[in-house]
Amino acid sequence: MILVWLILIPFLGGLLCWQADRWGEQAPRWIALATMLFVLVISLWLWITGDFVLPQGGQYQWLLEWRAPWIPRFGIEIHLAMDGLSLILVALTGFLGALAVLCSWHEIGHRIGFFHLNLLWILGGVVGVFLALDLFLFFLFWEMMLVPMYFLIALWGHSGSAGQTRIRAATRFFIYTQASGLLMLVAILALVFIHFGNTGQLSFSYEVLRQAEVPEAIAPWLMLGFFVAFAVKLPVVPLHGWLPDAHAQAPTAGSVDLAGILLKTAAYGMLRFGLPLFPEESAEFAPVAMTLGLVSIIYGAVLACGQQDIKRLIAYTSISHMGFVLIAIYSGSELAIQGAVVLMVAHAFSSAGLFILSGQLYERIHTRDMRTMGGLWGRIPSLPGFTLFFVAASLGMPATANFVGEFMILFGTFPTAPVVVVIASAGLVLAAIYSLILMQRVHFGPVYREGSLPGPDWREYFMMLTLLALVLLVGLYPQPLLDTTAGLAATVAELFADGAGDRLVELSGEVR
Amino acid sequence: MLTAAHLLTLLPLIIVGSTAVVAMLWIAWQRHHAGTALVSAAGLVVALLVLPLTYPAASSPPLMQVDGLAVMAGALILLSALVTVILSHHYLTGYIGPREEFYLLLLCATAGALALVASDHLAMLFISLELLSMPLYGMLAYSFRAERSLEAGIKYLLLSAAATAFLLFGMALIYARTGYLDLAGLTGALVDAPDAWMLAGAALMVVGLGFKLSVVPFHLWTPDVYQGGPAPATIFLATVSKLAVFVVLLRLVLAAPVFSSEWLQTLVTVLALLTMLGGNLLALFQANLKRLLGYSSIAHFGYLLVAIVAGNTLAMETTGVYLITYLVTTLAAFGVVTLVSSPFRGEDADGLPLYRGLFWRRPYLAAVMTVSFLSLAGIPLTAGFIGKFYVIALGVADSRWWLVGGIVAGSAIGLYYYLRVMVTLYLPEPGMRRRDVTNDWGSRLGGITLMALAVAILLLGVYPAPMIDWVRQLSMG
Repeated sequence: MILVWLILIPFLGGLLCWQADRWGEQAPRWIALATMLFVLVISLWLWITGDFVLPQGGQYQWLLEWRAPWIPRFGIEIHLAMDGLSLILVALTGFLGALAVLCSWHEIGHRIGFFHLNLLWILGGVVGVFLALDLFLFFLFWEMMLVPMYFLIALWGHSGSAGQTRIRAATRFFIYTQASGLLMLVAILALVFIHFGNTGQLSFSYEVLRQAEVPEAIAPWLMLGFFVAFAVKLPVVPLHGWLPDAHAQAPTAGSVDLAGILLKTAAYGMLRFGLPLFPEESAEFAPVAMTLGLVSIIYGAVLACGQQDIKRLIAYTSISHMGFVLIAIYSGSELAIQGAVVLMVAHAFSSAGLFILSGQLYERIHTRDMRTMGGLWGRIPSLPGFTLFFVAASLGMPATANFVGEFMILFGTFPTAPVVVVIASAGLVLAAIYSLILMQRVHFGPVYREGSLPGPDWREYFMMLTLLALVLLVGLYPQPLLDTTAGLAATVAELFADGAGDRLVELSGEVR
Repeated sequence: MLTAAHLLTLLPLIIVGSTAVVAMLWIAWQRHHAGTALVSAAGLVVALLVLPLTYPAASSPPLMQVDGLAVMAGALILLSALVTVILSHHYLTGYIGPREEFYLLLLCATAGALALVASDHLAMLFISLELLSMPLYGMLAYSFRAERSLEAGIKYLLLSAAATAFLLFGMALIYARTGYLDLAGLTGALVDAPDAWMLAGAALMVVGLGFKLSVVPFHLWTPDVYQGGPAPATIFLATVSKLAVFVVLLRLVLAAPVFSSEWLQTLVTVLALLTMLGGNLLALFQANLKRLLGYSSIAHFGYLLVAIVAGNTLAMETTGVYLITYLVTTLAAFGVVTLVSSPFRGEDADGLPLYRGLFWRRPYLAAVMTVSFLSLAGIPLTAGFIGKFYVIALGVADSRWWLVGGIVAGSAIGLYYYLRVMVTLYLPEPGMRRRDVTNDWGSRLGGITLMALAVAILLLGVYPAPMIDWVRQLSMG
C-alpha cells in the first residue's frame, strides 16, 4: 500500500496547493515543500530499512509489491513494484521535487497554487513511471506527466526572443514525446496480442510478457518502438530537437525536473523494459545504440560550446552526458550499468545545481545571454564559487559523483567495445572545454557591467550546500548506491549476455 | 404481424414520437418555452428508463432488429438528445421568435435516429435516415435571420440530398442483383464472390453514409455547417446524427458479406487514412472553435473507421466504447461553447480569442473545457484515451499497420491544435470579454450537466471496467 501512497501523495498535495491559493501566497509553497519532503522521507526510510539482496535462483526480488485488478477485459492490473533502482530514483524525485519548490520560491510570483499543482503532478507521474510494472500503467504515467510539464513551460516559461516561443517550445516537447509514446503503445499492444495469439492469455504484466515468444521478423520492430520512445526522452541525438528549447524556455523548477528526473525516466525505461523484454534484439541493436550514444556525446558537447544562452548550454551538456548512459546500458556489462546509475544520480545533482544557479543569476541580472555577462566573480559573493564546483562536477573531476559514474562506464564498456570507449573519452575533453567556456564567459573575463549584486540568501545557500554535499558524498563513497542497484544491474547484464549468446548460437547454427 | 411483444420493444420510439406530438399540440394551444423543454426532457427520460425493458427482445418487430447494438446506440442517442435539450433551453432563452419548435424538430430527429440504429431493412434504413436528416435542416437554419445559419441549413440540405441520391442508387443496384432489401436476405444472397455491380452498389452506399459521417473527401460541408448552425443544433449533428449513421454502417458491414470484400476494405482503408490525416491537418490553424471541433470530429470518425475495416466482434466492442467516449467528450466540448454563447445573441461565441484567459475568470468552466480537450487528444486518465487505446488495439490485433500508423500520425498532428486551444484558456492576458457565461452558470442545469460530463470523462478514463463490461454484454448479445 505504501507504493500507492508514494504516487498519491504528490497528486493530493497538488490539489491541496491549488485550493490553498486562497489562504495566501506562502501556503501553496509550504504545502508543496512538505509534500515532496514527505515522499523523500518515506523513500529514505524504505532505503534504510530495506534489504537489498542479489537475486538468487533466477527469481527477481522485489523490495515491495502491490497489485490489484483494474481493467479485467485486457488483463490490465495496477501492479506496482519497487526494487533498488526504483527506490533510488523515487528518492531522487522527492529530493529534486523539494529543490524545485525551493528554487521557485521567489521566481514564481503569479498563480502560485496552479503552478505547484502542475509541479507536483509531474512528480507524481514520474514516481508512477518508476513504480509501475504493468505495461499499460507504465504507459499511462509516461504520457500523463507530459500535460503538467506542458503547462509549466507554456505558462510560466521565459519568453524567448520572438513573442510566444515558450508555447512553441512546450508544444514541440509535447508532440515529440507524445508521438513517440504512441509508437511505444503500438509496440506494447503488438507484444500483448502476439502473446495472446500464442497462449490465449491477455495480459499487460511485465513478468508475463517477458515470456512472450515474438516471431523473429517482428521482434526488432517492437524493440524499436520502445527504443524510439525512450530515445526521444533521453534524448538521443537525431531525436533531441525538443530539449534545448524546452530547457531554455522552462522556468527553473521545470528545468530542474526535466534534466534531473524526466530524462532519467528514459534510462529507467530502457533498463526495466527495453532490455529485459527484448534481450536478443537489444544485443543485436547494441552497436547502433552505442554509435548513437557516441554521436550524442560529441554532438551535445560541440554544440554546447557554441551556445550564447546559459540554459541552452547546460541543456546540450545533458545530451552529452546521457550519451554516456546510453552506451553503458547497451554495453551489457554489470560495471557499466552500475556506472550508468551513478551517472544518472550524479547528473541529476550537478545539472540541477547548474540550472538553479542560472535561475539565481537570472533573478539578479535578468538575462540568460552569456554575451551580456562576464566578470561576475567579483560582483556576486559565493555564487561563482558554487558555479565553479558544479561545473567541475559536470566535467567529471575526480572526487565528484560524475567522475565515478563516467569512470565506471568507460571501464565497464572497454572489454566489449574498446573503440567506443576511446572515442567517448574524447567527449571528456570536450566536457572540459565547454565547462571552462561557461565559467570564463560568465564569471571571469571583462566586466560587462559594474556594481555589486546581492549574494545568496539562506534558502539559496541551503540548496547549494545540500547539492554540493551530495555530489561529494556520492563521489567519495558510492558503495551504498552500488549495493542498492547491484541486483538490477546483474540481472540486466545476465539477460544481455544470454541474449547475445542465443544470437551467437543461432548464427553458428545457420553457418553450419 | 405486430404483436404486443413488438410494441414493447418499440416503446422508446413510441414514447419519443408521442412526446413530439404532445409538444406540437401544446405549441398549437399555447406557447410556453420552459414547459415545452420540460416535456421534451421528460419524454426522453421516460424513453431512457423503459429502454432496458426492451432488451433482450423476444422477437423484433418487422423491418427492425432490436439487438444489443441497437439498445446501446439507443441509450447513447437518448442521453445526447437529453443533454442537447438541457443546453438548448438556456441557449434559446435569448432567441427572438418562436423557440418551442426547436424541441419539436429535435424530438423528431431523435425518433429517426432511434429507428435508424435498429433498422434491419434497407427501406427502413432509408426512411429513418431521412427522418433524422429532415428536422436537422430546420434545426441548423433555425436562427434564419442570421445569414450563416441559413447558409448552414441550405448547405446541409443540398449535400444531404446528394448523399441520399448516392445511397438510393447503391440500394437499387444491390436490389437489382439480389432481389432482397432486408439484411438477412442480403446476407444469404451474397455468399458468392460479389461482382462489379454489387461492389458498386456497396461502395455507393458507403459513400452516401460517408457524407453524413463527413468522411474525407465528402467532408466539405462540415466546417461551414458546424460554424453556421446554432450551437445546440451543431451538438446534435456532431453526436446523435453521426452516432446513428455510424452504427447503421457497422451493421451493414457486419451483416452483408459484400461490405467486407477485399476491394471495399481497401477503399475504406484509404478513406479512413485520408479522414484521419485530413481532419487533423485542416484543423491545424483554425481559429474558430466550432470549425475546429468540426474538423476534430472528422478526424475522430477517421479513427473509428478502423472498426469498419476490421468488421469483427472486437470491432463492435471498439465502436461501442469509442462512441461512448466520443459522445461524452464532444458533448462537454460543444457544451462549453453553447454555454458561453447562451443566451442567444445573434452569433455564437466561437472565436478562439474570446476564450483567452477563461481559466482566470471561470476556473471550473475552463477546467471542463480542458478535460474535454485532453480527452479529444486522447491523453491518459481521460475517456478519450480509452477510446484511442481500443482503436489502436483493434488495428494491431487485426494487423492493419497502415491504419495504426495513420492513427499515430493523426494524433501527433492533432495535439498541436488541441494544445493551442487549451493553452489559450490559461494565458494571462485577458481576451475580448464581449461574451461570457452568466454568473450563475454553475448552479443552472446546463452548467451542472457540463460538470457531470467532465467528471464522467475522468471517471471513464480512470476506471473504464464497468463501461467495457456493459458494452461487451450488449455487443455479445
